[in-house]
Amino acid sequence: MAGTSTYQPKSSVGRWFESRLPLGGLIHSSFVAYPTPRNLNYWWTFGAILSFMLVAQIVTGVILAMHYTPNADLALNSVEHVMRDVNYGWLLRYLHANGASMFFLAVYIHIFRGLYYGSYKEPREVLWILGVIIFLLMMATAFMGYVLPWGQMSFWAATVITNLFSAIPLVGETITTWLWGGFAVGNPTLNRFFSLHYLLPFMIAGVVVLHVWALHVSGQNNPAGIDIKTNRDSVPFTPYATVKDTFGLVCFLILFAWVVFFLPNYLGHPDNYIAADPLKTPAHIVPEWYFLPFYAILRSIPDKLLGVVAMFASIAIFLFLPWLDTSKVRSAVYRPLYKQFFWIFVICGLGLGYLGSQPPEGVYVIAGRILTIYYFAHFLIILPLIGILERPKPLPSSINDAILSKNGGVPAESKA
Amino acid sequence: MASTEAAHEPHPTRRDFLYIATGAVGAVGTALVAWPLIDQMNPDAAALALATTEVDVSSVTPGMSLTVMWRGKPVFIRNRTPEEIEAAKAVPVTELPDRLARNDNLADDAPADDANRTASERENWLIMIGICTHLGCVPLGQQGPYGGWFCPCHGSAYDTAGRIRQGPAPENLHVPVFEFISDTQIRIG
Repeated sequence: MAGTSTYQPKSSVGRWFESRLPLGGLIHSSFVAYPTPRNLNYWWTFGAILSFMLVAQIVTGVILAMHYTPNADLALNSVEHVMRDVNYGWLLRYLHANGASMFFLAVYIHIFRGLYYGSYKEPREVLWILGVIIFLLMMATAFMGYVLPWGQMSFWAATVITNLFSAIPLVGETITTWLWGGFAVGNPTLNRFFSLHYLLPFMIAGVVVLHVWALHVSGQNNPAGIDIKTNRDSVPFTPYATVKDTFGLVCFLILFAWVVFFLPNYLGHPDNYIAADPLKTPAHIVPEWYFLPFYAILRSIPDKLLGVVAMFASIAIFLFLPWLDTSKVRSAVYRPLYKQFFWIFVICGLGLGYLGSQPPEGVYVIAGRILTIYYFAHFLIILPLIGILERPKPLPSSINDAILSKNGGVPAESKA
Repeated sequence: MASTEAAHEPHPTRRDFLYIATGAVGAVGTALVAWPLIDQMNPDAAALALATTEVDVSSVTPGMSLTVMWRGKPVFIRNRTPEEIEAAKAVPVTELPDRLARNDNLADDAPADDANRTASERENWLIMIGICTHLGCVPLGQQGPYGGWFCPCHGSAYDTAGRIRQGPAPENLHVPVFEFISDTQIRIG
């Protein structure tokens, strides 16, 4: 990773080890001496928050797996056993189930931070694409985890989502049968989902390592969207970023704890406490809140195959974002036109999320279609065009100057 | 590495051939090893063994339905009323979104007229897999604008012959392989 480490272990044992495996130097150069832009705001703490959430999900998940039984006849009872009998089982399960929601809340903030400040632009394209891959893995992991309690919503979520693949021409049926391990969702499906739900978080961890590696090669973006030029533009990661990240994390954990202790079932569906019944579909099935915008896109298209294609395309389009945005200026702070369209896009995303939670009837369908069209237009028409039409504001000459002018100071004298 | 002796030989050299042949054998070997790792996920022998199920329908009078499980899927068995049969027969096939019968007892290209959807010689009996052809939910019986089945998930509506009439589902409800082994016994599968 970047940064020339001058790390010297103090003890002789430390020096002995360092000359054989320079682990201390790697950590020191990546997380201690690493130069971070000095203008980072709290939106930049979500990377650390997400790292924490991944570890927290793995820890609580490994523990839950000690008490859970992945069998169609026993799964729901074993979840209730965790809730009622296992010491602190209720806490661990609520932490894990709501942890998934908090994980997605943090990742959406992290993604929109990147959209606002142009973090996907040259030279951070690979960093961005790795992020999209992590997001896809998170979605797969969350979906399979939701299936494990084997309640009504679990079963029908598994049915609807695996049936998406039946839309593929010619081989669709073969693929869904292969995914199920039978002719419908059943015990073999539950077993393999459990296996994969345990595997995928470690794959996420692997891609996170690449994500952080790529970040440390290109360096962090920052609210001004300009590169570090001199030492005056940066501060060492420790203590500055470490302490700021920790404070951001603590604030986030207050929210997390509030949900876990006061609203542990608010984000779930009561139907999922009813045992899975393959003969009866619940009257109103909706996915977890973090999938709703994509679900709304799926339902907006009155054709099965095209609906599925549009849903996957709505995520895949993020992979091409670095090339769809034609502006060279990264930060929306200096892009008056883009800044407005960014907020319209945020509203569009929230609107799709709301529509995804509503029944697919009447005005909701029309609104869903309009927002779906706008969603794709944002990437395919608006972003390429405003990069050409917009006149960006003048960029500050350095991160240091950006801070000084923001705080009303004159470069080189009074400082906050 | 292709050193001195390769320099004398014309291209492609004997060594090039060996590299490509080795690589090809390695690729075939990898594919052979990968296949069991993939195929293990397909339905196992126990799942395939549950291929048929027999149902007694003597208690199902006109206007009644029965739902049974076959291969983990719900199968609707409906004894249709004369009105339902009339309504289904009155619809020309050309008006249907899916004009194929989707009946596993008939040829793939059989048209979706009422006779091709129902049991032969017993037009009151409609037997079909109770899974919406959109995304796999179980439609509710005798509901929706066409008096047949209605899927609560995404609003697909089927008529009294189980044919898709409205909504995102692309196909008629599928008719499984079945036969009447007596007047009151059906074997599915």
